[in-house]
Order: sequence, then C-alpha cells, then structure tokens
Amino acid sequence: MSLHAAASKFESAVMEHLDAAHNLARWLMRNDQDAQDVVQESCMNALRAFDSFRGADFRAWFLTIVRNTSFTWLRRRKNLSGPASEQSLEAGAEIAADGEVYDPQAIAIRAADAELVRRAIAALPDTLRETLVLREMEGLSYKEIGKIAGVPIGTVMSRLARGRMQLQALLVEMDQPNVGKAVQEGAR
Amino acid sequence: MTCDEAHQLLHAYIDDELDIATALQIEAHLPGCPKCRKELEAARAAGRAVAQSAVYYPASSDLRDRLKRAIRSEIRETETPPHAGFLTAWWKRPMAFSGLAAAMLLIVCSTMLLLPAHASRGQIDELVGSHVRSLEEDHLMDVASTDQHTVKPWFAGKLEFSPPVIDLSAEGFPLIGGRLDYLDQKKVAALIYRRNKHLINLFIWPGDTTPEVDTKQGFNLIRFECKGMTCWAVSDVNAGELQQFADLFKAQKAASTRS
Repeated sequence: MSLHAAASKFESAVMEHLDAAHNLARWLMRNDQDAQDVVQESCMNALRAFDSFRGADFRAWFLTIVRNTSFTWLRRRKNLSGPASEQSLEAGAEIAADGEVYDPQAIAIRAADAELVRRAIAALPDTLRETLVLREMEGLSYKEIGKIAGVPIGTVMSRLARGRMQLQALLVEMDQPNVGKAVQEGAR
Repeated sequence: MTCDEAHQLLHAYIDDELDIATALQIEAHLPGCPKCRKELEAARAAGRAVAQSAVYYPASSDLRDRLKRAIRSEIRETETPPHAGFLTAWWKRPMAFSGLAAAMLLIVCSTMLLLPAHASRGQIDELVGSHVRSLEEDHLMDVASTDQHTVKPWFAGKLEFSPPVIDLSAEGFPLIGGRLDYLDQKKVAALIYRRNKHLINLFIWPGDTTPEVDTKQGFNLIRFECKGMTCWAVSDVNAGELQQFADLFKAQKAASTRS
C-alpha cells in the first residue's frame, strides 16, 4: 500500500470512530477541553503507530489508545493536584456499595432527566464509568471491553454489575436535592 | 438454578453474553423469583439511562476539521521531511527551477522570516503538546544527567547547531537532562530543568527572536533569545518563576562566555 493510500485509509478510519473516541475521552476526563486534547494526542499517536496496526478491528485498537491516553492524563492530573483529589479517582460513589435494589420504575423516571443521568454517570469511579460507557453507549462485547481496558472478561462482568448498581443508587440519591449536592461534591 | 447463581449471572444475561443453555436456566428461574426479576428490571433501566443519546458526546465538527488538518500536515511532514530536502530536490533538476518555483521559494522564505516575530497559535500548541508528551513516562529524556558537560556533547552529531547548556542548580533550577525533539518539522534541542516538583522544558533552535510570553492550558510559555538562539521555556511553574528562570539562563550564559 502506498503511503498516500495508507494515509487516507487512516483518516477515514479515524473519522468513522471519532464519535466513540471523543465520547469515551469526554466521559473519562469529565471536561471538554481535556477530552479534545486527549483525542488529538491519541490520534497523532495512532498515526505514528499505524504501521504496526495489523488487526482487523480498528475501533478497538483506536479506543485502546484513547483509553490509555486518558488514564495517563488522569494520573498526571492526580499527581499535579496532590492527594486531595485522589479520592475522586478511586473511591467515587461507594455510597451505593450496599447492594440495595431500587424500584425499576423509579430508575426509569429519573432516566428521563438527562442532566441528572449525566451527573450520576460522572460520579461513578473511573473504571466502572469506562466499562458502562463502552457497553451501553458503544454496545461492545465483554471480550472487546476486556481487550480495551486490559482486564479479564470476569472483571468486565463484575464492573458492569457494580456500575449499574451504583448508578441506580446515584440516580435515586442525587434526585433528593441535599443528598445530591453532597454526593456530587464528594465525587469532585 | 438457585437464586444466588442466577444473581451472579444476571448482568451477563442482560448483555447476551451467556451460552444458550445457561440463558434458558435463567429464564426458567425468573418467573418464580420476584427478587431477581426486580433486580433485572432495575439493572436494565440503569443501562437504558446510560444508553440514551441525550448523554452521548459526539465529536464536534470543529474537532473533526482540526484532526483532519493535523493528520494531513503530519503525513506531509513524513513525505517531504525537512525544508532542505525540498530545496535539494529542486537544485538537482536545474531545468525545473523555473521562475514559478523561484517565486514560490521567495514566498516560503519570506514566511519563514516573518514567523519568529510573532509566535503562531500553531507553534504555541506544538510547544505545549511537546511539553505534555514529555511528561509521560519514559518520554522525558534521551540523556539523563545533571552535568552540563555530559548533556551538551550529547547533542553533537544529532543537531546542526550546539545549544547553550547551563546548570542552574545553585539557583534552584537543577538541570536533569536533555532530549531531541521536533517542532515545526525541525529538529530542536530540549533541555529539562526541575523547579521543586515541577518540570521545565527549554526548547532551543537557531535564530534571532524577540521576547514573548503566553499561556495555554494552564502552562506558561516564555520566549527569549540567547546567543543567537531562539529559546522557549514551557512549564506549569508560575509565570514569575519561569521569567526568573529565563533571566537566569541568559545571565549565566553571558557570564560563562565572558569568563
């Protein structure tokens, strides 16, 4: 393949999966500017490594780069801002760890409030948020998610279970004005 | 299947990740178990909340355009490496060096001459991008040394110029190493200094320039000239300290040349 053909193949592949890349970066970084910078850096890194891309699945390959770049940025952000923010990266919304099952009806009603849903997803721990985004927004299989996040399939399953449980709790708790504020601030 | 077993596999069932036999066992369990049914419905509702398009962040058309431009310019760069290559290619075919090509060359040269006066946003972006990349693990230094007499010779043979290398540990800015970097398709020297826990990248290439300060993404940038070289200091230390660093670097270099 000529350099020119490879280049236009790369560009169209990136453009095809750019929404998925941006959405993942945006949910991991939790702000617009960082998400765009992460996507741009990932894109340039992918271009430089494109020679070595042999697989058939460009989306998974590209999302792996986006994912790893995001976590590098998150680690650096954590180091720069000191130990205070460490909590937000690891602990997240452990208020929901008791495994209480909420009324499906109540969850469905709150799901209609997009702003509330956004806040609840943002309050999840990074690894659970990442897994939910890849599964629910991109429809990826456990195997694909495991490859991207670098974990076994069993871990993907347990992260999804925990992610959905914690999200239910967050949706219900955040909907109560006072608690919602506290949870949100705790997650920052 | 017991309730506990079903509970364990419920999410894999929702996601259609079970083999057919196990999925059928779950389906046989559900009608008689309100607890599992409720959990299943709640988990599905939570999943649907995430899956709705209202909370999806597609890439903006701005970002798309920006990336297309970045990809294309990066590819052009690999196709026709440095300016020198472009020129030699023309010189080797004197017949082709027509008036048109000469006019083009004139335009290229005048743009290059104009550039140093005012740093373009593109250059600021590149400097900050390079600084950020350098902070990644294993990306910071090609030569790790606090000794300027190790760092300076390391650049010999790798660059067509010899960058000024000064140790400023006594002033609180210890030199920790050097790196070869690329900016605007040119090879440049990058010196890495430390200020407490912060890192400073000092990018150096030949050419006169005028002082300039800028900030981007929370990073401070200062441009200054030192011995006919353009120097850009990039760091997350505050602007005052970075200016102090730039002044010290210039002053020490001037002093070391005199002595």
